[in-house]
Amino acid sequence: MRITCPLCGDRDLREFTYGGAAVYMDRPGADADLDALDAYLHLRDNPAGPTEELWSHDMGCRAWLKVRRDTVTHEILGTALAAEAKRGAG
Amino acid sequence: MRLDTGGLIDRDAPLRFRFDGKGHAGLKGDTLASALLANGVRLMGRSFKYHRPRGVMTAGSEEPNALVQIGAGDQVAPNIRATQQEIYDGLTATSQNRWPSLRTDLLAVNDWLSPFLGAGFYYKTFMWPRSFWEKLYEPVIRRAAGLGALSGATDTARYDKAFAHCDVLVIGAGPAGLMAALTAARGGADVILADEDFRPGGRLNAEREEVGGLPGHLWAEETIRTLAEMDNVRIMRRTTVTGAYDGGTYGALERVGEHVGDLPDAAPVQTFWRIAARRAILAAGATERPIAFPDNDRPGVMLAGAVRAYANRWAVAPGKRIAIFGNNDDAWRTARDLAAAGVEIAAMIDTRADAAGTGDFPVHRGAVVTGTRGRLGLTGLSVEGAGGREEIAADTLAVSGGWNPAVHLTCHMNGRPVWDAAIAAFVPAENAVPGLLPAGAAAGRMTTAAALASGDAAARTALEALGAAAPTPDVPQAEDGGTAITPFWHVTGTRGRAWLDFQNDVTVKDVKLAHQENFRSVEHMKRYTTLGMATDQGKLSNIGALAVLSELTGRPIPETGTTTFRPPYTPVRIGALGAHARGSGFAPQRYTTSHEASRARGAPFIEAGLWYRPSYFPRPGETTWRESCDREVRMVRDSVGVADVSTLGKIDIQGPDAAAFLDFVYANTFSTLKPGRVRYGIMLREDGHVMDDGTTARLDDHRFLMTTTTAAAGQVMRHLEYVQQVLRPDLDVQTLSVTDHWAQFAVAGPKARDLLDSLVDEDIADAAFPFMSCGPVTVAGVAGRLFRISFSGELAYEIAVPARYGDALFRALVTRAESLEGGAYGMEALNVLRIEKGFLTHAELHGRTTPFDLGMARMVSGAKDCIGKLATTRPGLNGPEREQLVGLKPVAAGAEILPGAHLFSEGAEAVRVNDQGYVTSAGFSPTLNTTLALGFLRDGRARHGETIRMVDHLRGVETACTVCPPVFFDPEGSRVRG
Amino acid sequence: MVELIAKSPVADLLPVEAGSCRLVACAPAAITAIAPYAGAEEALSQALDSAHGLALPPAGRAAGTPGARLIWAGYRQYMLVGEIAPDAAVAAHAAVTDLSDGWVVLRLEGAGTESVLARLTPLDLDPGVFKRGHTARTELAHMMAVLTRTGEGMEIMLMRSFARWGVARIAEAMESVAAQAGLPD
Repeated sequence: MRITCPLCGDRDLREFTYGGAAVYMDRPGADADLDALDAYLHLRDNPAGPTEELWSHDMGCRAWLKVRRDTVTHEILGTALAAEAKRGAG
Repeated sequence: MRLDTGGLIDRDAPLRFRFDGKGHAGLKGDTLASALLANGVRLMGRSFKYHRPRGVMTAGSEEPNALVQIGAGDQVAPNIRATQQEIYDGLTATSQNRWPSLRTDLLAVNDWLSPFLGAGFYYKTFMWPRSFWEKLYEPVIRRAAGLGALSGATDTARYDKAFAHCDVLVIGAGPAGLMAALTAARGGADVILADEDFRPGGRLNAEREEVGGLPGHLWAEETIRTLAEMDNVRIMRRTTVTGAYDGGTYGALERVGEHVGDLPDAAPVQTFWRIAARRAILAAGATERPIAFPDNDRPGVMLAGAVRAYANRWAVAPGKRIAIFGNNDDAWRTARDLAAAGVEIAAMIDTRADAAGTGDFPVHRGAVVTGTRGRLGLTGLSVEGAGGREEIAADTLAVSGGWNPAVHLTCHMNGRPVWDAAIAAFVPAENAVPGLLPAGAAAGRMTTAAALASGDAAARTALEALGAAAPTPDVPQAEDGGTAITPFWHVTGTRGRAWLDFQNDVTVKDVKLAHQENFRSVEHMKRYTTLGMATDQGKLSNIGALAVLSELTGRPIPETGTTTFRPPYTPVRIGALGAHARGSGFAPQRYTTSHEASRARGAPFIEAGLWYRPSYFPRPGETTWRESCDREVRMVRDSVGVADVSTLGKIDIQGPDAAAFLDFVYANTFSTLKPGRVRYGIMLREDGHVMDDGTTARLDDHRFLMTTTTAAAGQVMRHLEYVQQVLRPDLDVQTLSVTDHWAQFAVAGPKARDLLDSLVDEDIADAAFPFMSCGPVTVAGVAGRLFRISFSGELAYEIAVPARYGDALFRALVTRAESLEGGAYGMEALNVLRIEKGFLTHAELHGRTTPFDLGMARMVSGAKDCIGKLATTRPGLNGPEREQLVGLKPVAAGAEILPGAHLFSEGAEAVRVNDQGYVTSAGFSPTLNTTLALGFLRDGRARHGETIRMVDHLRGVETACTVCPPVFFDPEGSRVRG
Repeated sequence: MVELIAKSPVADLLPVEAGSCRLVACAPAAITAIAPYAGAEEALSQALDSAHGLALPPAGRAAGTPGARLIWAGYRQYMLVGEIAPDAAVAAHAAVTDLSDGWVVLRLEGAGTESVLARLTPLDLDPGVFKRGHTARTELAHMMAVLTRTGEGMEIMLMRSFARWGVARIAEAMESVAAQAGLPD
């Protein structure tokens, strides 16, 4: 599999480490309730289709990427720098 | 026998080789199979189960029978297909699966026992007595099973692994592939052309057809020459593309050195490639399939396309009197080509009553072969047709049931092929693998003209997708006919076993048995009969078997379907997949600057992550690690010790928001830390468990230096970057690993200050450098850093210099320490010292412990948010039911406490439901003259003084222990403040 | 008084020669990591340009000469490599960290460079794709590496603690490629 890093270009999967679902970007604050924390930590949608997740290009430029990937076809649909990505998405 | 003229072999380059001990002559360009046939040798193996005499059936990698062992001794290579092995001078080949010899194989008794050895026999036989299965039957069956054997010695062959990139990967260099490569290359694309053969050209090398007015093999030669001269083309011969993977990645096995007798040590025998291709064209051709009839497996029964390949490419007639049996026009080419070469044609037998072909030899239309004769090699066959039954004498029978496009790669990502009734075969489904285009016979385009056109078209499609301009069309003329076929899978109404899978010895009867026993899906039939599960992966047998199954179930072939195709297309040695990973190549090795000096002092090393760290430094007279370790512990507590701590992660953190960043990442507060001071911190995961701990020094208002544990350094670095980029891009901070830049040494013990005073320019008296302080120092003119921190509980420092001076500083420190009755100490002593003080490592921070468990709940600041803060308030992560950090001492002074052992209350049965906790670290303390341990005990903090049972179920050890606070020596910490 | 002698981790292993390739050590006097603070890229670039004649290169590029090269070294990261330390003005706009002893710099020269590196890294190093002045952070034999194509060859930066093992892996690949060149057709 290959992922296109926005900074480095098209690279082999071995340069990346999976970093969890993109929901991690929307961290509940210190005053959130425990249900929100539980959902943030443990509850996930499991679509047969596009999903959004985080990958670290840690054997490359060390950027964290928000990646849109199809879990059925394994096609990478889009990548963006996590630091610059929109937050609060579903 | 060798024909007098023709062939793509070099008659001026004779070679000698041995098969089963007998010497033979061959020519450069021969495979082992062609050379043996040229020498009249057609008995080449014994079948898997029944040990029936077998000969070569094909001329390619799909060969099921002629599997031999190449070489001898330790590096013997089993299961090599004689049809792929190029001969070289001195080649030694041995047949397999027979004893004592190929001609006289005693295990052929299995053939007599065949009624008891049908499909699935081991589910029905060898059941009684029950105990005999493990003692007798299974070992005997296992010894008898298998084809080739490994030597059992270490594989010392060299393998390589490599990466390649291209715009267009062309898989197969037959007419379709050559045309595709030419068009793609002329369009400016970067092309890799791979072919499993040593001589590119595919069927062009095996047929007498013309391309562009040239003999096919000459057109192939010319085209390869043209391609080789183009800078943007890379030709990979002897390279099988073994699998299609996600994202345009292809695996390929290059047989680099298998054709070389004296391969240099440094050269690999095979290279496994990962090819990243933006587009790929599957021009892998088609493989012929046989027809099943009684005794269709004798040496001399071959595939028709292979028979004429031997004649045309290798100038070898497999026999003197050849019969041909087929259901299609293509089979007639064999009759025609061999007749042209002067070989006697005994009969051309066509199942089709309306077969259109003619020839100057006996023709039987609407007829079938019903049996054969000749135990060690074909002598004759029986034919039945409208005119009745006839016995025909022949030493070779060329069979053709049609051609199967090599669809495999298109099915590697869960695709299924589709049935094409016109050619009675499966062809690739559209877009089964994104970016992979089938072309030529692999796509069901069976004529030479169609293959050329198809290859060219596929290349143009690829070029368009790549945004490249298409070159002017230039497809040469070629033949375009001879593909008519009427499906015919097996001869019915006969007695005797008709073979489908030659390698796993599976017959039509076996498929019927499977169906009878209700294994009716193609997947069940496969597993029950083992058809298609041998090293040839059913290339000759899968379609025939599912045709038989289709008849039995009444479901048409397309509905019956195929089993799943999986990589690799042909077998790949595990050595090739594991290339570079042998011995020290397996994982990177990281060394500290003190490594050489430590090695010279006789220190053995242990692995900590990828690092190598000294365990202890044995002194003369010390014979066990315990003696050295005990001595080193005393040495540190009494005098001074020096240990290399460079391996701990060191992360430089700078920026206007550096302090706020640390407050967010650590559970405790760092914004209140003053410059020149150091603080111990714990870092939590978002689920409230401890991830790592370490000391962080504030070098400046906006600059900190964080340390992590050795093994977690990479993980913590990635975590910090995650926090910066994913969680808190609002913070203006930069982090950088400086672990390798600094060589850092712990200097610990009552004489530590004395030692460093003599080395360091600056004043390091207690007032200038109090406990938990840090600052720049100069050592012999070198700018370094000094940290007054302690992992031993003694007066201690860590001194850091740029790594280029690490070796020199270590030697200087150790020399001085020794002059003060101290010296170097290693990981064993370091571990005992910290257990004595109750300091933690990842033995305690193992990922399921919280600050509460560790007795550090107060370290979680109430005044700020941090990662994991909210989770620490979860019910279930606090409370008396939690296993809390405790110290343990054995009641009887000499008794063992073992890490990993579990804890039980006195009088409770040592079973899971009574489990109270476990031991994480333990060691003998020379300071207190007893074993000490750390562990976790349910409600441990409330149970100090209690006697608890340590039970190690694995080692059978039980020890009564006293629970105590997790710090055994100098609990007030007075020594560290000295 | 003690004297601290500097030691290279790989000097005794180099140069390595095999076939048409040579692996040598480079020994830049200094390597400095420069990581811009928020919004400070432009100011940083100007400060570097006026002090050293080197503006910040775009991602994947290296600018300068063997004596003073500014390499893009990752996400919001640069490395100044060569005979110079960065001007004091730079620290106002970036985190500046001495990394001179953290990396070892090697250079692979010769006609077989791409073949050798194909055994070690998944990066596409075709000269048409990875040109002179291009740089990449990538994986080399399981290690983090920085590769930069210069006029002299391919510069390979490896972390110091990995360097000895790394040199052995590169040497092995060089020997393999050289041995394959001599095999019969």
